[in-house]
Amino acid sequence: MKTDRRPLVLISPALLWLFGLMVVPCLLILVVAFFRRGVYGGIEYTWTLENIALVFDPLYFGIFMKSAAIAGLAAGIACVLGYAAAYAIASMPRRHQPMLLFFAVLPFWSNYLVRSYAWIVLLNREGLIANLARWIGFDGELPKMLYTEPAVVIGLIYNYLPFVILSCYAPLSRLNPEIAEASRDLGASAWTTFRRITLPRTVVGIATGFVFVFVLSIGNFVTPALLGGGQFQMIGNLVYAQFLTANDWPFGAALSMVLIIIMLGLLLLQAVITERASGGKAYTDG
Amino acid sequence: MERHTLMADRNTYRLMLLIIGIVFAFLYIPISVLVALSFNEGGLPTAWTGFSVKWYGALWQNDEILQAARNTLFVAIFSTILSTILGSLLAVGVEIRRRNGKWLETIIFAPMIIPDIVLAIALLSFFSLLGVKMGLHTIIVSHVVFNLAFVCAVVRARLKNFDWAIVEASADLGASTITTLIRVILPVLMPAVLAGALLAFTLSVDEFIIAFFTAGAGRSSITLPMQIYAMIRFGVTPEINALATLVMAVSVVALALSQRLNRGGLPGQ
Repeated sequence: MKTDRRPLVLISPALLWLFGLMVVPCLLILVVAFFRRGVYGGIEYTWTLENIALVFDPLYFGIFMKSAAIAGLAAGIACVLGYAAAYAIASMPRRHQPMLLFFAVLPFWSNYLVRSYAWIVLLNREGLIANLARWIGFDGELPKMLYTEPAVVIGLIYNYLPFVILSCYAPLSRLNPEIAEASRDLGASAWTTFRRITLPRTVVGIATGFVFVFVLSIGNFVTPALLGGGQFQMIGNLVYAQFLTANDWPFGAALSMVLIIIMLGLLLLQAVITERASGGKAYTDG
Repeated sequence: MERHTLMADRNTYRLMLLIIGIVFAFLYIPISVLVALSFNEGGLPTAWTGFSVKWYGALWQNDEILQAARNTLFVAIFSTILSTILGSLLAVGVEIRRRNGKWLETIIFAPMIIPDIVLAIALLSFFSLLGVKMGLHTIIVSHVVFNLAFVCAVVRARLKNFDWAIVEASADLGASTITTLIRVILPVLMPAVLAGALLAFTLSVDEFIIAFFTAGAGRSSITLPMQIYAMIRFGVTPEINALATLVMAVSVVALALSQRLNRGGLPGQ
């Protein structure tokens, strides 16, 4: 019997920690979302659906849609770039691939704020791009680059691209070259081979990459604040404001709840897709 | 001839090289510019006036930055110690059990996959509702949440091909659970535990969002990433370039070291 109880002693401290500081706080959000806001901030303990209804008020729902659009755009571009890079890396000689992959992921290891800051250095009015433009003889008024929507999209792509490269490289590197060879021997063009053979077998990597970039972008708080300036809000910034400046915790909780449902729903969907795909291992061959 | 994963003729090969070149340029030019400017004597992107480390020196004169650095170190050290202990024990526990319920696997995996902002918001509302006064201690306990999951993952990976027979042998010879843990399991796991600790330390030093949400009001509990965030909102200065370069170097070196520590199989295999 001793052997059965021993693991519990080892596991329970960590589990209690996770339970008390992750599970309970997350459930708390679900509860608070249904309470009323107190007169002086804080919470009044009467049930209401007002907060949830307010999330779908055009004003706030618009922010949701806007965040989703920006996140979708960033995820889409990151997937195109990331897939191209992963494909290119996978088509290099085998012995060079680990090193190329390592350097593709290395920037991901550096601080997120620093990576965003790097774009402030490039894009600001006195920044490198502005200076380069002047240097090559452009002396008109440069369009504003920093604190715009495209700056936010670029920042998101820059921060999460290594992740997409990784997720796309995995299925590409497992691809059996003989199938593509056979396709070409049978007279298919390179493009047809790619579209009919390679892409369907590796699309799972794109799906994974897309979901992760989308989820991380839609709830992003730092990049819109830094590269978007105070110009526009994404949901993350709105939530932050409810808790720390507007002092409307129930509404903040309701916003978070909807955000969490979107995020976890997508992650779950992605898990299902991956599981389906790994069920069909015969296609990719090891 | 060596076999490529994806067959490529000469022109396609060139195209692939071009793609790699473009993507790597996109990934590396921004941070390289930042690093280069941090060594620029004049400190401005307008002209290169010579190599200098004076902006790094300026960091040492800045009390706010030094205070933030001390706070960061304090948070990182304590959250690393706690999460290394909890995470390693957890790893050994779940691997001994072998058959674990799905809910257990999910709850262990969750902190790595839950977006930071979700955990940050949840913890902020949790601490606010309980009336906990927030400060460095709340950052520490919050960092332990995700850190212990990462330590656990690193240690578990090493336990995958661990020979449990030696644990049984140790128990048969009359060693207590604690003795077995310290004298038999720990020595074998040490590289993974150290790698996990180093990873936890780095994650904690770099972490911004959760710290930002759980630090409470006031300057006293500002960490380095929070300090950087506050500084870069007001624009570009040569000091930030230097600070950013330093932070980047520290995390890349620490993570590379962590990977290196954990490379190779178990001793004797």
